[in-house]
Amino acid sequence: MSVVRLPQASSFAPSIDHMFDAMVILCGVVAIGVFAVMIGMCIVYRRGSKADRSIPVAQQMGIELAWTLIPFLLFVGIFAWSIRLWVHLRSPPADSLTIYVVAKQWMWKVQHPDGRREIDALHVPLGKPVRLIMTSEDVVHSFYIPAFRIKQDVVPGRYTQLWFKATQAGNFQLYCSEYCGTNHAAMLGTVSVLPASDYARWLVSVTAMTPEQRGRQLFVQMGCSGCHDPQSGIRAPDLHGLYNMPVHLNDGTVVQADDAYLRESIVFPASKIVQGYTPIMPTYQHRVDEEGILALIAYIRSIGPAPPAASQDRSSHD
Amino acid sequence: MTDVFVRDSPLRRSYLWQGGHTLRSWLLSTDHKRIALLYAASITLFFFLGAVAAALMRLTLIDPQGRLMSAETYNKTFTFHGVVMVWFFLIPSIPATLGNFLVPLMVGARDLAFPRLNLFSWYLYMVGGLFTIACLLLGGVDTGWTFYTPFSTMFSDSHVILAVVGVFVVGFSSILTGLNFIVTIHTMRAPGMHWYRLPLFIWGIYATSIVMMLATPVLAMTLCLIGLERLFGVGIFDPSLGGDPVLFQHFFWFYSHPAVYIMILPAMGVVSELICCGARRRIFGYRFMTWSLLGIAFIGFLVWGHHMFVAGQSMYASMAFSILSFIVAVPSAIKVFNWVSTLYRGTIDFHAPMLYALGFIGLFMLGGLTGLFLAAVALDVNLTDTYFVVAHFHYIMVGGSVMAYLGGIHFWWPKITGRLYSERMAQLAAVLMFIGFNLTFFPQYLLGYMGMPRRYHQYPPQFHALNVLSSIGAVVLAISYLMPLFYFARSLRSGASAGPNPWQAAGLEWMTSSPPPEHNFVETPVVTEGPYAYHEHEEQA
Ligand code: HEC
Ligand SMILES: [Cu+2]
Ligand SMILES: [Cu+2]
Repeated sequence: MSVVRLPQASSFAPSIDHMFDAMVILCGVVAIGVFAVMIGMCIVYRRGSKADRSIPVAQQMGIELAWTLIPFLLFVGIFAWSIRLWVHLRSPPADSLTIYVVAKQWMWKVQHPDGRREIDALHVPLGKPVRLIMTSEDVVHSFYIPAFRIKQDVVPGRYTQLWFKATQAGNFQLYCSEYCGTNHAAMLGTVSVLPASDYARWLVSVTAMTPEQRGRQLFVQMGCSGCHDPQSGIRAPDLHGLYNMPVHLNDGTVVQADDAYLRESIVFPASKIVQGYTPIMPTYQHRVDEEGILALIAYIRSIGPAPPAASQDRSSHD
Repeated sequence: MTDVFVRDSPLRRSYLWQGGHTLRSWLLSTDHKRIALLYAASITLFFFLGAVAAALMRLTLIDPQGRLMSAETYNKTFTFHGVVMVWFFLIPSIPATLGNFLVPLMVGARDLAFPRLNLFSWYLYMVGGLFTIACLLLGGVDTGWTFYTPFSTMFSDSHVILAVVGVFVVGFSSILTGLNFIVTIHTMRAPGMHWYRLPLFIWGIYATSIVMMLATPVLAMTLCLIGLERLFGVGIFDPSLGGDPVLFQHFFWFYSHPAVYIMILPAMGVVSELICCGARRRIFGYRFMTWSLLGIAFIGFLVWGHHMFVAGQSMYASMAFSILSFIVAVPSAIKVFNWVSTLYRGTIDFHAPMLYALGFIGLFMLGGLTGLFLAAVALDVNLTDTYFVVAHFHYIMVGGSVMAYLGGIHFWWPKITGRLYSERMAQLAAVLMFIGFNLTFFPQYLLGYMGMPRRYHQYPPQFHALNVLSSIGAVVLAISYLMPLFYFARSLRSGASAGPNPWQAAGLEWMTSSPPPEHNFVETPVVTEGPYAYHEHEEQA
């Protein structure tokens, strides 16, 4: 039969497979043990057989406690093992390369840091941690690369993230694994892992604007600069150095200016009002798509003056 | 046909004859036994409708390109399969048929506490069913049985509202059924039938009823919210209206995870009855069995987030749901060990009900063990939304609940109809079912392990061989499901008379005639001993 082990193409794959195999062995032993006892009893105590049938006790506290506690302790062990891996799966290293993914019925749109864009394909460098920031333009999708053992739902109205480090060059299948309508089964893509130098060459083989540049362009085109640029006459907060900083709202709460907050400020400006300002900003919900919003955020993130949290050049500080 | 009835005197003294024999006397009957048969007929119909949908899917998946039907039709087919099998077959299956028939008999009562409410529940079920059928006839719905938003509220252009209304209505039928059982078990037990003398079937039904009453209202509310957003554009789940799609998933699984226990707890009750009778032994660890049923029902409310490990819920929430999911597996393990220990020093008969029960233990255990993989968050990331999950829950729901349901139907058939069936044929069907089931669903574990996502109507070539194998298994499974129709029909026409207690089983339901008279017992029974008094029988013999 054609059961094939998937390629182990990311740094997670060996440790996840290791745990999977251990579970198969553990559960296999339990299952075979229980089956063996069950079948053994069925043979020994079948009607008509010669066997001791004196009436057994109907309940034994010791046995019951044993088979309550032993599974419980085993489960705690499995839990602890999986949590270690889980935390690792959820902690992208600081030096990760950030790539944006926007899903829509029924395609994957990818935007690289240097501006190169692709559809239903994702090129990544070998051996370098990559962080994907993902959102959807319509319904829930799920980004699944079996060879990397990773999966993350892509949810409209939110940014979800995922990280991995590819350890094997080659092409791997990308699936949508959350049902998303008619062509769900055709929402596929290819992940190509390239040696770092090839990736660098691939990135610049087509000249394109970086997300920051595109963001600046949109910022001007859509009239944001007319209110937000410091020299404009309208009272609107200056967005310089805003990224990741605390923002005081007029209801007294303080929020952090992360991606989700910035997105909300653009799509639903009325829902959180900055202290000291009036809600005059119009919504851009239907005027800019998710890729545009990502570009605007990239631009806002890129503009100084740069306090440490928003700094471009973190390595020199930490 | 009528001749047989007239001459057959046990029948004339039973509920089948006494309540009248017009169609009207059945449709307006408030006798729990007749209502059980109304349910049995209607859920059998829905079971075969759902099974036809499954067969069409397995047929499509023989071909990697899925050319038998369009993507849209395939999506509607699996949605129909899920909706029908979950809400119109599995959830009502054991409670509404065996539960309705047996709860009053087993506790020594004349009927359920609210007989008319019971009939009303069946009508609600049928109304819900009509909406679902109407939805199918008008072109179906393509959201999946999970109705995930915002796809179901803003994007699907199929008949979502009809499907949602159908499920909404049938939900009330299950709330009312649960209520009826709870009140009956609390207030109508025969003299001497105290709580720890109740058969485990009653405990299973009791635990399920609690879950039905507490969880189903949440489903009803969630479905209303879908309607509000879809029809009136009230922003609840769709982010472009300011809503949150993950909120829907929380609501939905808050109901639908406990719903898994609505399906499995009564099955555990049935299997306990069958194992004790088949091994002629008192159940091992009775109190642990009762408390594990209640424990599962309770902890089952706290694990819904294990369906959402990759849905965007926080990392810490996932950890909490993970450990709780492991904890809920402990009582299930206790049950398996106790069932197996009940065989110890027994006198085991391998009649059909016992074969089903043994099959249940095996399949439920495999389903449960693979559940541990999914509870381990890091493994779930890879396995969720693949065929591994499909295989896992079919092991629990089809391998578990359906096997138990059929085992129960075989066990109590002589009581319900007063007739015996062909034991040979029934044993053959049970064995075929076990083989066909494993052939169908075991390959799906492997497919999931290899990364095949679920709800795909076409797939890459490396998944071909296992899909073909699974479809071949489905043929065997289909045959084993059709067989009982034939030998049960023959039993009704010409089966030998069963007598009150053909299995020499313990339990109040076996102390009255088969089929039972309209008010169950000629004299109210008085209970003087615990359940499963098989040892006492043995000593007398
Ligand atoms: C009509 C003037 C106006 C325009 C045009 C405008 N804004 Fe605003 N914006 C405001 C005002 C006033 C506030 C502060 C009140 C509030 O929070 O809504 C604000 C708040 C914000 C904030 C939150 C700032 C903080 O300090 O927390 C962000 C981010 C933002 N705008 C981005 C944009 C972007 C991007 C665009 C263009 C797509 C844009 N705005 C267009 C007036 C405007
Ligand atoms: Cu999809
Ligand atoms: Cu669940």
